[in-house]
Amino acid sequence: MALPKYTEPHYRIWHYIYLTICGAVFFFLIAPLFVIFPLSFNAEEFLSFSDGMKSLDPDAFSLRWYKDMVYGTKNPWGLAAKNSFIIAIFATIGSVLLGTVAALGLSSRHMPYKGLIMAVLISPMIVPLIISGVAIFFFMAKAGLAATHTGIVLAHIILGTPFVVITVTATLSGFDHSVTRAAASLGSDPVNTFMKITLPLILPGVISGGLFAFVTSFDEVVVVLFLAGLENTTIPIQMWTGLREQLSPTILAVATCLIILSTLILVTAELLRRRSERLRGINR
Amino acid sequence: MSSETKQILTTDGIPLEVSLKKAERKNKIKAFLLVAPLLFFLIITYVFPIGDMLFRSVDDKMVTQMLPKTFKAMENWDGQDLPDEEVFAAFHEDFIKLVEDKREGKLSTQLNYTKNGFKSIIKKLRRASKKFEEGNYKEQIMSVHKRWADVEYWRAIQRRAPEFTGQKYLKGMDMYVNEEGKIVSVEEDRRIHRVLWLRTLEIAFFVTVFCFLMAYPIAHLLATLPMKYSNLLMICVLLPFWTSLLVRTASWMILLQQQGIVNDFFVGIGLVADDNRPEMMYNKTGSYVAMTQILLPFMVLPLYSVMKTISPSLMRAGKSLGGTPFVAFWKVYFPLTIPGIGAGCLLVFILAIGYYITPALVGGASGTLISNQIAFHMKSTLDWSFASAMGLMLLSGVLVIYWLYNKIVGIDNIKLG
Repeated sequence: MALPKYTEPHYRIWHYIYLTICGAVFFFLIAPLFVIFPLSFNAEEFLSFSDGMKSLDPDAFSLRWYKDMVYGTKNPWGLAAKNSFIIAIFATIGSVLLGTVAALGLSSRHMPYKGLIMAVLISPMIVPLIISGVAIFFFMAKAGLAATHTGIVLAHIILGTPFVVITVTATLSGFDHSVTRAAASLGSDPVNTFMKITLPLILPGVISGGLFAFVTSFDEVVVVLFLAGLENTTIPIQMWTGLREQLSPTILAVATCLIILSTLILVTAELLRRRSERLRGINR
Repeated sequence: MSSETKQILTTDGIPLEVSLKKAERKNKIKAFLLVAPLLFFLIITYVFPIGDMLFRSVDDKMVTQMLPKTFKAMENWDGQDLPDEEVFAAFHEDFIKLVEDKREGKLSTQLNYTKNGFKSIIKKLRRASKKFEEGNYKEQIMSVHKRWADVEYWRAIQRRAPEFTGQKYLKGMDMYVNEEGKIVSVEEDRRIHRVLWLRTLEIAFFVTVFCFLMAYPIAHLLATLPMKYSNLLMICVLLPFWTSLLVRTASWMILLQQQGIVNDFFVGIGLVADDNRPEMMYNKTGSYVAMTQILLPFMVLPLYSVMKTISPSLMRAGKSLGGTPFVAFWKVYFPLTIPGIGAGCLLVFILAIGYYITPALVGGASGTLISNQIAFHMKSTLDWSFASAMGLMLLSGVLVIYWLYNKIVGIDNIKLG
């Protein structure tokens, strides 16, 4: 953002102060993430930079914590990763199905009590997680689903659907309904119309809602802490236990993998968002 | 010419109005059927359980059911002097039954919530009751321990007679019903919950303020920079947003530890002495710093999306009409960003007020919030009714904030990403 030539000096100074503040805030946001990378390659057991690392001595770096993460005998990361992925995938499928269908109903102008129903549908996002955790735990305990994968998947569907409902209704708000009417007038039945016309158009919204649901499930720890037994341990639970008991560099190796995963998700989500904006004709 | 309004008929001979209404109703049902699966799923698995929490938080049937005959006999007791033989006999009868079912331990736990000192005397009573002779239970029970002859303890039992109680809510605010039936506060040094509520509000408030102060300039920069730069900088906001909460908390634990990088830096620039490194984690500072960084994207995104819609020509117009840049900003730009400020602050405040993971890891004893207390009672003391009561108090607080927000800013003015 270049300043015009005629800018008076004291505004110029203000401008540089402003840029410095912005720089500092961006640094504050992003820098903590980058501390994890180098330390996860530490050859030693400490969580600070050794002298060897500071002088970039190759011997000070190693992959031992990554090996420990994968092959370590005591480490339950394998089981945790398997559980996390299974739970997140099923929770995403459930959230996307329920959420998309509900969003279709909600965007219909015939929907009665829209405000009230919307409030119920997005309430799991608004209510503090700890309260959701307690409530869901009571339900799962009564239903005999505590400490089962099914219970955790259901819990994550509850937490994930609001994101799908919100992203899909947002996509549908820019949706031209005359195309479905055109399809109907050409003799297409509603299911066919949905699969061939509506779904491809709202797909970016559905997928980005699904990504939100996936991340919510994959990252969720409060509700799982109440629900999970030993068999259902997930990556967040293992990290939580690890961080509480002893910060080991293995956790940093796991964290690095998670950052890489979130970068991939971020890129996908951004690409989808731009595609969706292009499709909806929002040009910027 | 008679121009009486003739009903318009459809080709089937049905009045158009009726036909339209029918189609409308069909559409309504169709729309509702689409929403129904999710709605009913949430009502069963989520809305009812929250109602269940409400029920649990006031439910006090356990003791009522354990001592049915005692409470029946107590109906005739005025509560002034020791109850008479009838009550003692009924209590003995109930108690023997509980011992048979091995449930007297639960009774002692429950009664101990009401008044300290029940645990040991119930244990003693259990041992002694095996040798009790028939008749004159008053004498026999009173001889087990002097507290059984103390009218206060019998009053404490009587207070558990109702099936419902608001006692857990009072406890959540460090109050209780005393012997005279008045609501009073506990002693000054035992008011742990009030301290926690205040601290939760304080931390949520300041985290919101810090987030706002930091987010406003960068959201403005992102909204005014040309796309190719702002997209790059946006990653700095979105990457933390998509990264696991635990990963971000872990990085703060590394940064803030006593031998950590932040402390190294402070020592390096000579701000603190090497042997006197400040404790920045396991206290409030830790909670503040980590929560601000973690919640910052939630403030930036709504602000950004609002600022993006403000035309730069408005500021130019303000300046061309003689306003200095600061006046133009304050009178033109800032008021237009209020919906974004409202949405961001609401989001951050509500997330912060219910925060659990980060304070539990970096907050130590002085940085924990009310959520940690709820989790503690859910997992450690297993006093679920108390956890429910505090959860609902927190929830009603959150709902009040929404309501206020709706009154002041209007919930429709919220803009998210």
